[in-house]
Amino acid sequence: MDDLLREFLTETNESLDVADVELVKFEQDPNNAQILNNIFRLVHTIKGTCGFIGLSRLAALAHAAETLMDRFREGVPVTSEAVGLVLQTVDRIKELMAELEARGGSEPEGSDQDLIHLLEEMAAGAHKPPPTPVVVAPPPKATGTQISQLERELLPGEIPLDELDRIFRETPVDPPRGQAALPAPAKAAPPAPAPKPPAPAPVARKAADDEPKAPARGGDDHAGSVSSQSIRVNVGVLEHLMTMVSELVLTRNQLMEIARRQEDSEYKVPLQRLSNVTAELQEAVMRTRMQPIGNAWQKLPRIVRDLAQELGKQIELEQIGAETELDRQVLDQIKDPLTHMVRNSADHGLEMPEERRAAGKPEKGTIRLSAYHEGGHVIVEISDDGKGLDVARIKQKALDNGLATEAELARMSDGQVFRFIFAAGFSTAAKVTNVSGRGVGMDVVRSNIELIGGTVEVRSKQGFGSTFVIKIPLTLAIVPALIVEASGERFAVPQSAVIELVRVQPNSEHQVKRLKESPVLCLRDKLLPIVNLGRLLGMVQDGEENLDDLLIAVMQVGNQTFGVVVDAVSHTEEIVVKPMSTVLRQLPMVSGSTILGDGRVIMIVDPAGLAQVAASPEEERASDLAADAAARLRDQGATTSLLLFRAGSTDVKAVPLSLVTRLEELELDKVETVNGHPVIQYRGSLIPLVHVNDNVKRGTTGTQPMLIFSDEGRVMGLVVDEIVDIVEARLDMQLSSDAPEALGAAIIDGQATEILDVGHFLSIAFGDWFERNEEDDDFGKLLLVDDSLFYRNLIEPVLRGAGYEVTSCASGREALERLQSGIRFDAIVSDLDMPEMDGFQFARQVRAEPATAGVPIIALSSDRSSDSIERARQAGFTDYIAKFDRPGLIAALKEFAGTAHGEAA
Amino acid sequence: MTSTSLVIARQENTGAGAQYVTVRIGPQLFGLPIEMVHEVFVPDHITRVPLSNPEIEGVLNLRGRIVTMINMRTMLGLAAHAENRRMAVGIEHHGESYGLMIDEVGEVLVLEPGRREANPTNLDAHWADIVTGVYRLKGQLMLVLDVDLALGRLNTARAA
Repeated sequence: MDDLLREFLTETNESLDVADVELVKFEQDPNNAQILNNIFRLVHTIKGTCGFIGLSRLAALAHAAETLMDRFREGVPVTSEAVGLVLQTVDRIKELMAELEARGGSEPEGSDQDLIHLLEEMAAGAHKPPPTPVVVAPPPKATGTQISQLERELLPGEIPLDELDRIFRETPVDPPRGQAALPAPAKAAPPAPAPKPPAPAPVARKAADDEPKAPARGGDDHAGSVSSQSIRVNVGVLEHLMTMVSELVLTRNQLMEIARRQEDSEYKVPLQRLSNVTAELQEAVMRTRMQPIGNAWQKLPRIVRDLAQELGKQIELEQIGAETELDRQVLDQIKDPLTHMVRNSADHGLEMPEERRAAGKPEKGTIRLSAYHEGGHVIVEISDDGKGLDVARIKQKALDNGLATEAELARMSDGQVFRFIFAAGFSTAAKVTNVSGRGVGMDVVRSNIELIGGTVEVRSKQGFGSTFVIKIPLTLAIVPALIVEASGERFAVPQSAVIELVRVQPNSEHQVKRLKESPVLCLRDKLLPIVNLGRLLGMVQDGEENLDDLLIAVMQVGNQTFGVVVDAVSHTEEIVVKPMSTVLRQLPMVSGSTILGDGRVIMIVDPAGLAQVAASPEEERASDLAADAAARLRDQGATTSLLLFRAGSTDVKAVPLSLVTRLEELELDKVETVNGHPVIQYRGSLIPLVHVNDNVKRGTTGTQPMLIFSDEGRVMGLVVDEIVDIVEARLDMQLSSDAPEALGAAIIDGQATEILDVGHFLSIAFGDWFERNEEDDDFGKLLLVDDSLFYRNLIEPVLRGAGYEVTSCASGREALERLQSGIRFDAIVSDLDMPEMDGFQFARQVRAEPATAGVPIIALSSDRSSDSIERARQAGFTDYIAKFDRPGLIAALKEFAGTAHGEAA
Repeated sequence: MTSTSLVIARQENTGAGAQYVTVRIGPQLFGLPIEMVHEVFVPDHITRVPLSNPEIEGVLNLRGRIVTMINMRTMLGLAAHAENRRMAVGIEHHGESYGLMIDEVGEVLVLEPGRREANPTNLDAHWADIVTGVYRLKGQLMLVLDVDLALGRLNTARAA
């Protein structure tokens, strides 16, 4: 009885999963007789089998559900409640089955009279509407209240023979039909082989399926001919087979390694053969473990339906590519993350019907699941057409949680901001529902996916929905890897993450530059952060790194690309991933170990871990940066980020970094000439090139660094000889300059440095661009008050660039002290929203002081309400400018500070 | 793999006493319950594991199994090995293979459980965590090392 029972459990569970899916479809399409017949037959089969094995509770339940379904077949209108009731019954049957399994085959005590009663009532009620009370349907069933009595009669072993016979005859035939009507996941229940194999694929899948249905137990007569095509194999057997093949692969690798060292070995040929056979065997075994991803999706339609009802939304679930196959181990691992993400989309992604209507979208929201293969990976996308991610809210939340500073956030692209949703404890859901929004979730999703070597990213457009893209390896057991060396140790890097290998030498095409402490690789049109593998893994002590001759593996994880410096690259090898022992499992950047051909154990590097470090270089070298940061804190506010470079001479020149849009490598052979002026195609448009001076070298091949400046849609490239560094320095103009291209000179890092005037080059490039103040060699003095270091750094260079001498203060109190110290300022630019003393208070105090009562004060604020503007006017502000309105600020200063200055002169 | 290994011959348990494999770590004699010890081998070709606890010496391949090597001197807060001669005791812990690196393996002793005494109260707290008793042998003391506690400490150290 044991085998029979086990088979029954597997089979019935599969049928129930299919019934779930079918019922949800049926609810949406109640007139589809085909679907109805499918469900009816499924329930009927369950009832029959239960009766046969003597499971009376289950049989009674199934029977009552079947009766109700029969009413539908007779044409009684289908209601949502009725379907809900049947679904409820299916759930109860599942519970009973689970208990049945746990108890080793005996049905649990208890009664289902509650449900049966409801079902009967529903059947009886539904029975009324049709004019003629139909009393037909399958012969063994009667109608109305008689049912329960009849049911009693149908207890164990009492199923009529002809009924049994019918079940057996029907069983093998059902599923192919079901498959036709079902969406892709139907494969999930590949039942006994169909008389005519529908297509080669399903057959192969059958062999692969761990639990293909065996031919019906009694019906050998019918199934005999096809039983040879598929057998049911225990998962354990397959797992064992897989382990053995893994070992075989290892041994093969070891032999190959030995053969590599021996020239002209007579083993070479048979070894090659062994290698091929091993590879084929590996592939074949791998295939037996493959399952369609639809198996992981199977429960989703039901979940979405229940959610939709609970939340009062209308949701359609589309499934594309459910037949895409992947390793069962991987499949198991992504089931939960997928479910979670679909729940999230339904709960947070899609709006309520009213909102959707207001936004001009159909009331019914769509969640689309799609899967496809892409070079050794399976890509799964979950997209919804809902409201999309709210960038502002994520930023605010990131700020609140201390994940990033205001300045960092301002520099981030939307894509980078979205990545915060995968941070631990990060939930932007305004309200916590019992569906999602508990602050656990996306981080777990991400770690689950990364655990199996996958990545997850998100794309979103506000108002148009979000798409989560999951990239997972086809299999976990054996992966192709690149064997590299760093600090005397070898490491395996999963090949899937490596895009290319780059060698950097003094004369090579690609160069490594240092921006401040961080080395970057200029690779074609990209600037990539570089990390040193040996150093990251703590295998070498910090020391000065030689950037002249490097071997760099360029890696991509998600949408992040970065370079990893290694000492040597040895070869690629199929490695068998061995898990780390428990005490080593939490290590960052190491995901497992493997045994190489020569018997040595090496670590497998986790690309996702490296990517995280590459994304935050500051944290990486925390120790020496800490001192740096402390130093920066001390004279915060007084410093400006400057980009240092050389052009035309060995002297160092500088421009404020905030004025530089981007650093690029200019490919000299791409330079064209228009009207005698050099130009280059940059991001789809022609931009003028300006050399800093006549002495800047003008090659025709190779590359040369260039600074990109842009403003109001106009972009230009300033060609220099060499980028030197980025420094934080006090911009203290010591000498003014006669040269038109320079604002003056300042001492930076103990060296006289020429500060170039970006405006000058812009006017060369565009002629009309920047109307410079005639008297700009005579600076107006400005006092800038803002509590945010970020804004100070942003605005200060703008003001300096416009020809003013700027003194920055972090608070109103500090500013007042400066004013009282007797320094005369031509104008004050102040933030309104500041802690301690706000802008209004500050302005009143300035006005109250006779010495400063006449100085123009310009308010900077992001609040543009008329109320605020009026308050500012009353407090004594001269003008009111929006925080990001740079031209407006310059214009206002010209008007007020210019006059003040003129009078003073 | 050149590591030699010998499997401890398990004596017929007479039922009278508990059997311990004695090992020397630094100057101190320790006893490991014999049922914990699978083998004794000379470690060779140890691969360092980056960013791991200092107690973790690395991993090695012992006949196709990956064994995590633990430096017992480091774990007990003793000075690192001066000489090169090292031995390791192979143990199984929750289905995983570990190697405890020690200085020397002694003999198998059968000791009466009744003679086992509690840890002295002034025993180094670091040691008291993983030592579950003391036997007074002729001329020296043998501390009973609890392998589960020792490995458990590595786990909690990670989590913390």
